[in-house]
Amino acid sequence: MTNRIATTDERLALTNIVVAYIAFFIGTLCGLLQVLIRNDSISLPSWLDYYQVLTAHGVLLALVFTTYFIFGFFYTGMSKTLGSFGKKVRVFSWLGFYVMTIGAIMAAVMIISGEASVLYTFYAPLMANGFFYVGLALFVVGTWISGGALIGHYVTWKKRNPKQLSPLFAFMTVTTIVLWFIACIGVAATVLFQFIPWAFGWVDTINVELSRALFWYFGHPLVYFWLLPAYMAWYLVIPKLLGVKVFSDSLARLAFVLFILFSIPVGFHHQAVEPGIGEFWKFLQTVLTFMVIIPSLLTAFSVFATFEISGRQKGAKGLFGWVRTLPWRDVHFTSIVIAMLFFIPGGVGGILNASFQLNEVIHNTLWVVGHFHITVGAPVAMTFYGITFWLVPYLTGRKFTNNMKKLAFIQVFTWTIGMLLMSTSQHILGLLGAPRRTQDASYFDHPSASTWFEGILSNHVTMAIGGTILFVSAMLLIYIVIHSIFWAPKAFQKKEMAVFPLAESDTTDTPKILENWWVWIGIAFVLIISAYTIPIMEMIQHAPPGSKGFITW
Amino acid sequence: MHLHKYEKIWLVFGISSLVVFLSIIGISAFSFGHQPSGGVSAIDPENVSETPPFDDPGVTKIDEDTYEVAIVAMAYGYEPSEISIPANKEVIFKVTSSDVTHSFSIVDTNVNMMVVPGQVNTKSYTFKEPGNYLVICNEYCGTGHHFMSTEIEVVSP
Repeated sequence: MTNRIATTDERLALTNIVVAYIAFFIGTLCGLLQVLIRNDSISLPSWLDYYQVLTAHGVLLALVFTTYFIFGFFYTGMSKTLGSFGKKVRVFSWLGFYVMTIGAIMAAVMIISGEASVLYTFYAPLMANGFFYVGLALFVVGTWISGGALIGHYVTWKKRNPKQLSPLFAFMTVTTIVLWFIACIGVAATVLFQFIPWAFGWVDTINVELSRALFWYFGHPLVYFWLLPAYMAWYLVIPKLLGVKVFSDSLARLAFVLFILFSIPVGFHHQAVEPGIGEFWKFLQTVLTFMVIIPSLLTAFSVFATFEISGRQKGAKGLFGWVRTLPWRDVHFTSIVIAMLFFIPGGVGGILNASFQLNEVIHNTLWVVGHFHITVGAPVAMTFYGITFWLVPYLTGRKFTNNMKKLAFIQVFTWTIGMLLMSTSQHILGLLGAPRRTQDASYFDHPSASTWFEGILSNHVTMAIGGTILFVSAMLLIYIVIHSIFWAPKAFQKKEMAVFPLAESDTTDTPKILENWWVWIGIAFVLIISAYTIPIMEMIQHAPPGSKGFITW
Repeated sequence: MHLHKYEKIWLVFGISSLVVFLSIIGISAFSFGHQPSGGVSAIDPENVSETPPFDDPGVTKIDEDTYEVAIVAMAYGYEPSEISIPANKEVIFKVTSSDVTHSFSIVDTNVNMMVVPGQVNTKSYTFKEPGNYLVICNEYCGTGHHFMSTEIEVVSP
């Protein structure tokens, strides 16, 4: 009896992971170019522009890397927990993969050819080539097809196992995909009905404020689409590595359900300092944003409780004796724990950013860049690395050799150092007022701008050193991935084989209502409708004449 | 569903903190008027230069203690290019764009306004210290984005 999943499912998952890491390679290279340009160490050739590189960095890492990786992880886990995919699920998973990939390539070609230097937020009325938006639309449609295939697999399982709660991994996968479907309504609406007709010249103008609101309806739950798969590893993988059960099955499911409810009607906190939205609605969404902190508090408790329970089982004494009993020598564990630690300042920073008028202090400054590098760039990314270290060998049936384990430690360690340097520098610079998304911030050597960069940590050198260390770390990771796919020796003995660490979860106390999707989707829509209907109606009814397109790059 | 005792304490502590945070923000905003910049006022982005007050951008004295400054943002600058206002007076900034989305962000102050075409953004601010304040665009607007800046001169009244 092998612990591996069906070969066809392995191939599907591995292909998604490979595409993720191709995007990761190009995306991190773009990141390196950015810090070096800002440090005046290099200048780009005339056919390449800073903002083009910046657009590629954002799209490739935030959208392409994360999404493919998440699907690779989901395919593996769903095949493992619910059984091998049937023919239909397989066909639609691959169809989704191809549609996504055609879309991603189309968008990438437009960015590289300089037709779409609009950044990954693509704010109107900057107007990219219409095929950039078509590419994005195809990418999203591809994720729907793949996500639909996974939900189909779940529904089949439910039919075969009526009245039974699904395994926790499957439950969490479905939650994440449901959240993604609801979130995508906003971006699909603005791309299909606003950007595409406008970019191809079928209509002359665009309602800018409406497009921004629809984008951010999608833009905030997007970050939870990245975060929830990381949380899945925190809830399910970490306890297994520690040799204990999931702390509480019902609380884990409750936390995920709360994300469906509260991660979407909150987009206005990204628009706190702009006109066109009444202050009441901005404040209402601030309150809802604070609600989405509660499931993260639940998660934090579960994680640390798991640590302590495992430590006490191993005989740890005193208040913090359990810290020493944790398996620090296991890179799968350590990488994820560091990821979690980054999320403490990351989460606190997020609360500040969302705090209504406090947003004025940091809006569009480098602080925000620092913030998302210690949320998606460290907690999410480092959890994905921790997963990669066993997932790729698990899918290829190869060994994760001792040398690779050492290299993985160096990779995790360098990523930590690089990210600490770069993000600390960015946070400080942002508080001082230095803007984000800018090739240069000297402003004709204005004294106010010059003082930003005179600090010990707040200077371009720190940022460049941090960015360079991060790039080296990224290349180590690429090497580890390639090694695990092609060069590592095949594992024949049971103890050499990589396993999918999946903790047991006791469902005896779990209320059945937690798996009643229609209840949660229904409440989510009630919240969304309450928070968005009136302000969106106002944007449409009191709309100014629209804006024509501008190409300012 | 079972909640561990410590988890109850943790959640009560966490949720109470959130309630405290929100109350502070809310009271500060709605009782003391510490609102972020905003306002609901549409404008034709094609006809900014014919629409008051942007047909004559610049500083207008409303009364003894209040000034209004109308500013048009465009790639890659602001109109008027020179602004001089007194310290310790309420200044109401009204900003709009004649092309793409920009920002009007005065360094070392909490004036950090998104400038969205088709909308007028409003923010009231009182400068305490005289001096030359750097104003920058911190929303990406094109190749020359990093050059888009101006200066406000704040003089002793």
